[in-house]
Amino acid sequence: MSTSNKELCSKETAMMAPTESPIIHLASRGISPVILLIGLYVFFHGHYSPGGGFQGGVLLAAAILLLRLSLGTSLSQPIMPSWITLRLSALGALIFAGIGLVSILFGGNYLDYHYLPIPWLDPAYLRYYGILLVEVGVTITVMTTLVAIYDDLLGC
Amino acid sequence: MKTLQYFLLLAFLGVLIVAVTNLPPRGDVTSPVHQHVNPAGTPVAGTYFIQHAYKDTKTPNMVTVILADYRAFDTLGEVIVVFAGGIACFFILNVGRRKP
Repeated sequence: MSTSNKELCSKETAMMAPTESPIIHLASRGISPVILLIGLYVFFHGHYSPGGGFQGGVLLAAAILLLRLSLGTSLSQPIMPSWITLRLSALGALIFAGIGLVSILFGGNYLDYHYLPIPWLDPAYLRYYGILLVEVGVTITVMTTLVAIYDDLLGC
Repeated sequence: MKTLQYFLLLAFLGVLIVAVTNLPPRGDVTSPVHQHVNPAGTPVAGTYFIQHAYKDTKTPNMVTVILADYRAFDTLGEVIVVFAGGIACFFILNVGRRKP
């Protein structure tokens, strides 16, 4: 898209180019937001039904990879740039480990959400939201790692 | 040599079939894993989680509670394995490529 992204890609290969078929182009652009929505649903509904961070993260990655495959690497940069993927992956693991460290700092064991510093919540709901925060980290790591592996395979 | 391999595979298949047919049927309430106490007379490990999961976290999905709360350290290890896989792919696949 922009010049910085062109500099980032070492060389354009056939896999990075957008497809020539308008049907695939339009269909993937229509399906991808739906997959994103289903991924968010699976992630946020992990407290009540099968699902959670890993499954939701894979679905979010599938939506982004569909755009990468159909629109080409450079046109699909705005939804998730190539340079940010591994950084976000590290951020997800840091969110998980950081919540454990926060509960150590406030007097509990490692990853004991009972001690998170949110004073107006019941202990049971503290653990509810602790699980949710941890799943956010899992989702970010899984989603961005899959996209990063695809980008590394193409060399972009 | 080929016949030996097929024979080994068939023997392994036979072992698996015997093992599967000896499992208790699904949902059998009298099987040992679904008992409150095991044959030795002590509570089964899952009893605590089944009794306390909803009370502790107000989360109806017991699997999520065990994965992300009671066994959160294990899940942290899984996340770090995924992240390490991404880092390893980055370093292996970018050998010989130059990035600005």
